[in-house]
Amino acid sequence: MSSETMALSPHAVETQSLAERLHGWATTVDHKRIGVMYIGFALIFLVIGGIEAIIMRIQLALPNNDFVSPQVFNRMFTMHGTTMIFFVAMPIMFGFGNYTVPLLVGTRDMAFPRLNAFSFWLTAFGALLMYFSFVGGFGLYGAGSAPDVGWFAYAPLTSKVFSPGHSSDFWSLGLIVSGFGSIGTSVNMITTIVCSRCPGMTLNKMPLFAWMNIVMSGMVLFAISPLTAAQIMISLDRYLGAHFFDTQAGGSAVIWMHFFWIFGHPEVYILIIPSFGFISEIVPVFSRKPIFGYPIMVGATVAIGFISFSVWAHHMFTVGMNSWGNTFFAITTMAVGVPTGIKIFNWLGTIWGGKIQFKTPMLFSLAFLFQFLIAGLTGIMLSSTPFNWQLSGSYFVVAHFHYVIVGGILFAVFGGFYYWYPKITGKMLSERLGKLHFWLFVIGFHLTFDFMHIPGLLGMPRRIYTYEAGRGWEIWNQIVSVGALFQGVAVLIFVFNMIWSYWKGKDAGCDPWDAWTLEWTTTSPPPEYNFATIPTVHSSRPLWDLKHPEDPDWKYE
Amino acid sequence: MLARVAWAALPVFLIALVAVAAEPHDPALVPNIFKPDSTPADHIYGVALFVLTVTGAIFVAVFSLLVYAIVRYRAKPEDDSHEPAQVYGSNQIELAWTVIPVLIVVMLFLATARVIAQIQDAPPPPGTINVTAVGHQFWWEFRYPDLGIVTANELHVPVSEPAESTPTFLKLLSADTDHSFWVPRLAGKTDLIPNHPNSTWIDPHHTGLYLGQCAQYCGTQHGLMLLRVYVDSREDFKAWANAQAAPALVTSTDSNSEAGYGRKVFETTSCINCHAVKGTVADGRFGPDLTHLMSRKTLASGAADNTPEKLKQWIKDPDSIKPGSLMPAMRLTEKDLNALTAYLLTLR
Ligand code: HEC
Ligand SMILES: [Cu+2]
Ligand SMILES: [Cu+2]
Repeated sequence: MSSETMALSPHAVETQSLAERLHGWATTVDHKRIGVMYIGFALIFLVIGGIEAIIMRIQLALPNNDFVSPQVFNRMFTMHGTTMIFFVAMPIMFGFGNYTVPLLVGTRDMAFPRLNAFSFWLTAFGALLMYFSFVGGFGLYGAGSAPDVGWFAYAPLTSKVFSPGHSSDFWSLGLIVSGFGSIGTSVNMITTIVCSRCPGMTLNKMPLFAWMNIVMSGMVLFAISPLTAAQIMISLDRYLGAHFFDTQAGGSAVIWMHFFWIFGHPEVYILIIPSFGFISEIVPVFSRKPIFGYPIMVGATVAIGFISFSVWAHHMFTVGMNSWGNTFFAITTMAVGVPTGIKIFNWLGTIWGGKIQFKTPMLFSLAFLFQFLIAGLTGIMLSSTPFNWQLSGSYFVVAHFHYVIVGGILFAVFGGFYYWYPKITGKMLSERLGKLHFWLFVIGFHLTFDFMHIPGLLGMPRRIYTYEAGRGWEIWNQIVSVGALFQGVAVLIFVFNMIWSYWKGKDAGCDPWDAWTLEWTTTSPPPEYNFATIPTVHSSRPLWDLKHPEDPDWKYE
Repeated sequence: MLARVAWAALPVFLIALVAVAAEPHDPALVPNIFKPDSTPADHIYGVALFVLTVTGAIFVAVFSLLVYAIVRYRAKPEDDSHEPAQVYGSNQIELAWTVIPVLIVVMLFLATARVIAQIQDAPPPPGTINVTAVGHQFWWEFRYPDLGIVTANELHVPVSEPAESTPTFLKLLSADTDHSFWVPRLAGKTDLIPNHPNSTWIDPHHTGLYLGQCAQYCGTQHGLMLLRVYVDSREDFKAWANAQAAPALVTSTDSNSEAGYGRKVFETTSCINCHAVKGTVADGRFGPDLTHLMSRKTLASGAADNTPEKLKQWIKDPDSIKPGSLMPAMRLTEKDLNALTAYLLTLR
């Protein structure tokens, strides 16, 4: 972020050659550009992960199908899961966080701009490393390409005996490298929010999105660390003859599960908490009311952050813990439902008595409320240990967590796209295409993930590459597969909308939604320095105060 | 509007689906968790209904509130341009929607804790059948230590009547990676983890066939690691157990009979490194015990029906039936192949 770039006139930027512009992006330390790169990177992988999902759904659309071999199918679900979590969901959250948090808290950049760039490139190289396994995974042993150990890579399937070749090494290394990227960005986010808020923005006047990001970042520090440790241990097992997870030599398969899930469960909240942030910014603006119960929203978020580190073994109810363990993790898991429920009620309280405008960001957010409600309730079912003995490892679980990740997180992210795209590009996304995208996606989502619960209840396990006819699973799988196609088409419309609107969209102006937080005070897109003068705030809705000097928020907060 | 077109496509599509749904299947073979037929599955069913009722009620209540709020408070064209009343929260309401969920959680938790203990801490009564199940990539080994039986993939257990209960307790081990024993109509799943013995139990109330399969990803052929539980009447189980405990029917190694020649092929190729036939030199343990192969309905853990044609195909090229299975194709001549199949067919 040198002063020369700042001094460039818009005209000068236009005339840069392509190489110069690419160089500009590759060497940038501007939080907005890094945010955009995170988001663009995630979108590319969203399409790749989506293609992997569609391959699986074609294979499962018919019983005894042989569209792909079992080996390929196993690679597809491993890469689909890993990609969607680590290279789509996490980067997209970091991308939006990077872009908006400095604007929301009224500062000029993240606390450590160079660390920011470094973290992004680590994540990007981690992804490249993992995808390189498609060509490099053959290694010396000819043991097959991309990793096929499942996204939670249970030991001892990852040992040399069962996974010869290098595919699972690419998996471990990719996650170690991108994990350090995540840690870097989290440190940065925490520091920015703690140290760089503009004058007047005390913690209790900070926008909820910033609150959610600081909680999320704190969780990343504590969740990614055990994952990285476990990856290093498995690499030691594979190459230096350690026996952490080597069951043939007295190692423990169960220890891997603990390591993985003490990362894996908080990870879900790492992704959903920033989504809560999106919803908590969008719902008030389009209901024309402040968020209902700000302090309790913050409290509930922090509570979720803590409780979610005490529930991990609910992923392990079937591994033979004693009845005390099975009871303990049931109650902690159910307990997490309380703060989560409070959030849903507070959003309900926010729209209650408002004047709801059904713009595309709001449509996605409202759908989020319904879908996240259902996802939470199936989560409660799964937390009841005995019921879990039937449901875990079945398609019911797959349906449940896709309800969280697609119905919750992805819907929130789409809402965020429609909400902040005008700020990022200066152009409005087409509302018409947006609504088409929304409705197609809602239909596809419900066809796929509502009906996916049923084969699980009928005894269909996850991760099987085919199934026999006559078990009562065919019809449900067909519906699920058709829904996947709807979702695919909807995403293409979304991508088209983003490209088309970039060139042809209406100008957004500074504040297209008549919103209340600081990012809407500056131009769209914001200048590299964000704000000409650093703003001073008196409440959590500075623009409301500005627009309603007769009735400012700070009188009530 | 484009969105309307999308909506209109939906019913057409649903009707098409219902037409496809009319395919026939035997409902008894659908591994439906809501058709329990054994005490652990019954208990789970009970608590599941309770949880479903509570969550269902929450769903209806919150769903209705959301719909009501969205319809009632939508911006209307005739509205003036004033912002609605700015409400920041309400301590009473927020207290209420904290306390009520806490109470619901306590209720759900108590119901859950009771059933955990009922299932997990139930002691084996006298008359219990003990089975050791060993998960292998990608098949099941079943040992009955008290009865001297070793078999594969098809578990036989006696029916357990309320008057005289004869449950089956399974010790769960793994020879390689993680697996999971799941027969939904009989019990929830329990994993088979190497170096970490587990246990589970079932007491099926009716005779018949119950389907299940491996429910923990264990490698390439996890998908075809199917599992069958045959629940026999008490007499049938006794007869089955006696037959299984006996050594294989003796086939002379006389090369003039096809089966005799086949036995010779079997015992002089590496088959015996991986397979056991009780009473002969074959004592490999890497693959399923073949002593009473022909008493099983399926081959390779349910990958194919156990017919002479499929058996021959299996020996010739296991990958053509179960790609990625750990049995290699042995590249036998057609003559040896036929003889070998004839020999295996005598293993009743
Ligand atoms: C390297 C070890 C190995 C060798 C050698 C081997 N098998 Fe197998 N065999 C297996 C395994 C493992 C299975 C189980 C495959 C599965 O279900 O995934 C199996 C399954 C079978 C089955 C089906 C058993 C059942 O209960 O369904 C038959 C029959 C069989 N083998 C016969 C043979 C014959 C005959 C030979 C010699 C020509 C042979 N096998 C050689 C490992 C071996
Ligand atoms: Cu979890
Ligand atoms: Cu398996």
